[in-house]
Amino acid sequence: MSQNTTQSPRPGFMARYGLPISMLVEREFVRFFRQRSRVVGALAQPVIFWVLFGAGLSGSFRMAAASGGSVSFQEYFLPGAALMIVLFTSIFSSISVIQDRNEGFLQGVLAAPVPRVSLVLGKLFGGASLALVQALLFLWSAPLLQYIGLAPEMPLGFSIGQTLAMIGVLFLTGLGMAGLGFLFAWKIDSVQGFHGIMSVLLMPMWLLSGAFFPPGGSKWLSWVVAVNPLSYGLSALRHVIGRSDAAVGLPSLPVSLAVSLGFAVLCVALGVRMTRRPSTI
Amino acid sequence: MSDSPAILIDSVSHKYSERVALDQLSFDVRAGEIFGLLGPNGGGKTTLFKLLSTLMPVQSGQLSIVGFDVTKQADDVRQSIGVTFQSPSVDIKLTVRENIVYQGRLYGLSGTDLRKRVAAQMERFQISDRANDLVQTLSGGLKRRVEIAKSLLHNPRVLLLDEPSTGLDPGARFDLWQALQTLRAESGVTVLVTTHLMEEAEKCDRLVILDHGKLAAMGTPDELRSKIGGDCITIQAFDSARAASLSQKITSTLQITPQLFETQLRIEAPEGAELVHRLTREFSPEIRSITLGKPTLEDVFIRATGHRFWDEGKA
Repeated sequence: MSQNTTQSPRPGFMARYGLPISMLVEREFVRFFRQRSRVVGALAQPVIFWVLFGAGLSGSFRMAAASGGSVSFQEYFLPGAALMIVLFTSIFSSISVIQDRNEGFLQGVLAAPVPRVSLVLGKLFGGASLALVQALLFLWSAPLLQYIGLAPEMPLGFSIGQTLAMIGVLFLTGLGMAGLGFLFAWKIDSVQGFHGIMSVLLMPMWLLSGAFFPPGGSKWLSWVVAVNPLSYGLSALRHVIGRSDAAVGLPSLPVSLAVSLGFAVLCVALGVRMTRRPSTI
Repeated sequence: MSDSPAILIDSVSHKYSERVALDQLSFDVRAGEIFGLLGPNGGGKTTLFKLLSTLMPVQSGQLSIVGFDVTKQADDVRQSIGVTFQSPSVDIKLTVRENIVYQGRLYGLSGTDLRKRVAAQMERFQISDRANDLVQTLSGGLKRRVEIAKSLLHNPRVLLLDEPSTGLDPGARFDLWQALQTLRAESGVTVLVTTHLMEEAEKCDRLVILDHGKLAAMGTPDELRSKIGGDCITIQAFDSARAASLSQKITSTLQITPQLFETQLRIEAPEGAELVHRLTREFSPEIRSITLGKPTLEDVFIRATGHRFWDEGKA
């Protein structure tokens, strides 16, 4: 029997950070793949959006003609749809902190000798990685739909360098979004309450990131796009994917990356601060 | 180390805005005891539990577990305690094994050591055959066993259990207590258990009765009962008005002052049987039922607090 009164040795770096964080990330994946409806929804929804909006709006999309390029709406919308995956998956995984609390899992974590930063990072890395995997799958496979007539002709595949850059950008954006979601989720006690916030804040954030239509138009709109952190994730993604001239008029890649990184760090830091503050769980 | 208390609670008070949840509470739990925290819902048990498990900041007073201060040495405390919450902290979408393994990783365990410990705990709580089943397919009793197995994985010296038999049928409850007693005997773990069930309180080595955040009584179940001495008589009257007038009549004829709780009268007496005889002879039209018994912990509770166990917030 392993029971005795001697205490486990004082934990080191791996024990305090590595093991708990990897555990929380793994748990996020295990839970995700165990809920079939979540898997189907997360993968199918962006594809459907992409195909339907692509087909429906292709006629009214003028950007290509104006800038002299040849970007179809669907090609323009590809990074936007990938971003939607990142946004929704990472946000949904932070909402699960509400569930973790209501179902009791969270109190077990809070009563363990685990630094709060491990809890926050584990939760956010889990959401961001999950988002990353799905968005990559989408970016790789969606252009294939052109062979069955559901997408216009567009280039296929990405170089290794592009793929690595995409991974970096998607993960960073996912981390920021998961962090933002976590800030709300920590304060809200029901998933229903979170949905309210989501429809007034997160959906507009996505719509006004340049994912759906190019920024510009009215003055106030371009301001909203400029202060929207998601715009920079999208712009970085457009730069990295490097397709035609869809990146024209966007912030430069270094600026986009810097803002995305800054936002992610800010959200993680605020999240850690919030979890350190004692609360009644 | 041998004689120092496993848990020390020293003039601890806690307030939720204006409501006082704990009021200058002090007591200690000896190493190796099964110690009960008895009281009605809202009596302060859960507040104390959250303070001990480091989930809530201490407002005033001092709490320490195996010598570590709950506020200043929270991580040492967390390493020393195993916690079983009232609402289970198992993840129902994971298997039994995953739940226990993940718990181990939270406590920095890994590799062969972790595998051995997981196997040993599953063996001890007889859940090995369900290792690969999702927790959501388990009965309440089995879930609770997973919960406890999980909380013991890092060999804590103190096990805290908040209402562990919530939702368990009597059979599962019996098994649970069997397991706790074996655990204490084998590994000398100190067990603190909160409960609102009298029959669970009976199984503790010592217990405190908490009422409105105050310590109402403390001792072994026998000590507590013997404070009452003699017998307890409970009379059920027809309605509260008639109960009140019956109480007065008893006082004037027998020089005994019963405790009155709405339609119920309660009398402590050294020679209960004889008194029951007199009462039924003189007041039988006013008595709906009368019972005579040795004092129970509920009687102790009434004596200590001046109100019935379930009179929440009325006293």
